Amino acid sequence: MADYKIHLLVCGGTGCKSSNSQVLIEHLRTEIRNQGLEDFAQVTGTACFGFCEKGPIVKIIPGDTFYTQVKPADAKEIVEEHIVKGQKVARLLYKDPKSDKIITDPKGMEFYKKQIRIALRNCGVIDPENIHESLARNGYAALGKVLTTMTPDETIEIIKKSGLRGRGGAGFPAGLKWEITRKSPGNEKDVVCNADEGDPGAFMDRSILEGDPHSVIEAMAINGYCTGASKGLVYIRAEYPLAIERLKTAINQAREYGLLGENIFGTGFSFDITLRYGAGAFVCGEETALIHSMEGNRGEPTMKPPFPSVKGYLGKPTNVNNVETFASIPVIILKGPDWYSSIGTEKSKGTKVFALAGKVNNVGLIEVPMGITLREVIFEIGGGIKNGKKFKGVQIGGPSGGCLTYKHLDTPIDYDSLIAAGAMMGSGGMIIMDEDDCMVDVAKYFLDFTVDESCGKCTPCRVGNKRMHELLVSITKGNGTHEDIDRLINLGNVIRDTSLCMLGQSAPNPVLSIMDNFREEYEAHIRDKKCPSGVCKALMIYEIVEENCVGCTACARACPVGAITGERKEIHRIDPSLCIKCGACMDRCKFNAVIVN
Amino acid sequence: MNKIKNLAVLTILREKLQSKSRPGDPEQIIQVKVAMATCCIASGSRETMNYIVDELDKRNIEAIVTQTGCMGYCYAEPTIEVSIPGKEPVVYGYVDVKKADEIIEKHIKGGAFVEGIIPVNYQKIDN
Repeated sequence: MADYKIHLLVCGGTGCKSSNSQVLIEHLRTEIRNQGLEDFAQVTGTACFGFCEKGPIVKIIPGDTFYTQVKPADAKEIVEEHIVKGQKVARLLYKDPKSDKIITDPKGMEFYKKQIRIALRNCGVIDPENIHESLARNGYAALGKVLTTMTPDETIEIIKKSGLRGRGGAGFPAGLKWEITRKSPGNEKDVVCNADEGDPGAFMDRSILEGDPHSVIEAMAINGYCTGASKGLVYIRAEYPLAIERLKTAINQAREYGLLGENIFGTGFSFDITLRYGAGAFVCGEETALIHSMEGNRGEPTMKPPFPSVKGYLGKPTNVNNVETFASIPVIILKGPDWYSSIGTEKSKGTKVFALAGKVNNVGLIEVPMGITLREVIFEIGGGIKNGKKFKGVQIGGPSGGCLTYKHLDTPIDYDSLIAAGAMMGSGGMIIMDEDDCMVDVAKYFLDFTVDESCGKCTPCRVGNKRMHELLVSITKGNGTHEDIDRLINLGNVIRDTSLCMLGQSAPNPVLSIMDNFREEYEAHIRDKKCPSGVCKALMIYEIVEENCVGCTACARACPVGAITGERKEIHRIDPSLCIKCGACMDRCKFNAVIVN
Repeated sequence: MNKIKNLAVLTILREKLQSKSRPGDPEQIIQVKVAMATCCIASGSRETMNYIVDELDKRNIEAIVTQTGCMGYCYAEPTIEVSIPGKEPVVYGYVDVKKADEIIEKHIKGGAFVEGIIPVNYQKIDN
């Protein structure tokens, strides 16, 4: 059996394949065989490295040598120099684009700097159902440090200094929230973890709870110590059964070790956590609605102030933070606020987890430093658009966020830049759209979601969004008028200014940002009665190309409404007034005679 | 289970646990981690994990198979990480039963890599 001492990993991602990585693999194998080293060195194709602009990539282990933009002709030199003589091929090593210096330590490469796993540090590393694996990776060390060596004020100061802002969407400074809760008078206080993740396409919080529940538990206890609370509540949607199961297991294990309960670390501090289940209403992610839901009332928001930090669950001061915010806390305590604030931009510190979804090659969970650009996320980490299609837009912040386009690709991802660009950070959903997506349809989809999820308490949101939705439906059916564009903008602005909570205030965002960035698509639907991407069914017209039609009658037999007429061996025709645009004729035709306009 | 009554007890326990789970340590035994978040399970990771546990047993290979959370490579589920003592861990994507068989035979038994490696492209923090 071969005993490989050296492995050559060649990127076989879509980008690298198109720059000849397949041929490169063959050449490397041939060269290795020529040297008689086939039992010593092995060449393996891999998935995308997420470094497509420098592809094809060859990584050699051991030693972690990174060769970039390797051509098939370079195979001979790599094998002769690196594999045989053990000397690196300098001209192929990765160079820093700014200083043009060769980077020898791969950890210093840009490629590795694009993602830093802080909130996700244990996800995919530890067994979430075994507290020992968490403890081995410094689990509960921050809690121990805080309880035994620091005062609540000192701890809050660290969180404030780190610059951590709430990861649930609004970006309120976490340390400040803790301080307000601490200063709010009250004998009893509560800590609430908001695990009501409701954005379509977002799964950051679920993944953290499923992969590393102990970090969240530990951070809630730290928060309890800082704010003066002895009770923690996790508000989690019942549709996350595995996250609930793992969280319960983790809480029980922590209790068995005395890391939750009475007199933790012998300091007299007591803290315990219980779960509250939500029924999956989007509005319950809003903190006042969440608290009402926990109290057993309808999940409806109320005016702020009073903020929950002053008057929250059962009237007590309540500190509400999101899962990802909590997951970042223990490591900030252990590594210090300066370390954390060294990552990110001036006003947005640290990292953010995104659920990368939609028409991108590497769909997944990513954690990037604040300030990274959309281009880096979509085209490098995400590996570009699926099937080589053209990028059209990216919806950031879920149904509350906005849709950005090409011109925003170099926008840094941070709280303020995204708002300036017309979107928002939100909780971290990122949905990529390509040329086949109709933006009016996308706007309709998100509004459909908010109309469904509106709690109905305030009129602008309940009635206004419904009317906007009707306008969009009418446009996608080809019944829109030019006045509809102004109506949408006016109505959107009124809803934004007058709704009670963020759900209503942000509901028009997708419609309005798409209006800003893709106005021509709205106009095509209204003026030309056409859907440029071919998504809006009502605007499609099925036709038969006379030159291609052989009169086989297959389409006529497939048509469920009898809209196709024609004799055998003669050209067939579709009656547009009868056609229901089901596409059955097109699927059946073997001669490409049915087209859609 | 003994309660952790003070910080010193936690530190001692951690050091004991760390010495048991050091990846890349030549004295360790083979370890396979299977990503088992909701989305992974939906893509079939439970079948993969059961298969790996059974087959390693049948083929008399001593190894620890554990579940873990989301590795982040959702496009390539199910994903697993294979750690051979003394070597860097390797992550594989699209690991169905067939692929798992290939990984056991070629990688775990033979020390060769199998197609379908997912390169790790993020920085870890030492926590």
